[in-house]
Amino acid sequence: MIYLYSFLFAGFVCLIGQLILDNTKLTPGHITSIFVIVGAFLDTFSIYDMIVAHVGGGALVPITSFGHLLIHGALEKASDFGFIGLVMGMFDLTASGITSAIVFTFIFALFFKPKD
Amino acid sequence: MEKKMYDNIVNTHKPTETRAQNAFIAFVTGGLVGVIGQLLIEFYSYNLDISTKDASVFMIVTLIFFASLFTALGFFDKWVSFARCGLLIPITGFAHSMTSAGIEYRKEGPIFGLGSNIFKLAGSVILYGVVSAWFFGLLRLLIMGG
Repeated sequence: MIYLYSFLFAGFVCLIGQLILDNTKLTPGHITSIFVIVGAFLDTFSIYDMIVAHVGGGALVPITSFGHLLIHGALEKASDFGFIGLVMGMFDLTASGITSAIVFTFIFALFFKPKD
Repeated sequence: MEKKMYDNIVNTHKPTETRAQNAFIAFVTGGLVGVIGQLLIEFYSYNLDISTKDASVFMIVTLIFFASLFTALGFFDKWVSFARCGLLIPITGFAHSMTSAGIEYRKEGPIFGLGSNIFKLAGSVILYGVVSAWFFGLLRLLIMGG
């Protein structure tokens, strides 16, 4: 059942993105930035946590989960250290994604040439 | 007569059909990436005996690895131009934008090429994500007390 929910939720988010892309002048860069902000906004009221609990992987794959993980790490540290904690914990949960993307990009950029 | 013919030609090339088709393709591919994510989470948590939370980190690293690799090998661009938002909205789009920028600008040197341009496209996601997460986190601290 969780697979069906994963499919529907991830597909639904991509569907909204595609509809925005086709019907407005916004580029994919605009859309991903907006979706990250939406993810952070939804987690302000713990709505995205609820979605993750029900949907599982399907909610963690779209870029909205990036915003959710950013604010989640920040609030976790903020509960111990107050306002400075917001800055300390910002990248706690997204560090793995950003680090792996940088490292893989560096390695692949060394060994592969652009295809034209 | 000229006007009628023109209208006919316009009607046959109207993009409404392709928009619905694009949306459907994005829905199916995005959904499939979500299912793959859930499959990987269960695969890792079952085989490596780790919690679901740790397994989801493993899943994201795996997806980023394959998106970067396929971008470097050259055929991920074709998939993206077919599925559009179906592959750009998931975390694969983040990895794709970084790897394609890295490979594209590497010839301009390691510092001003690769180093300066690696976040050319992904930088906006990080910037607006961090600023909005900081702002909403501040609001939540002030209003709800954390």
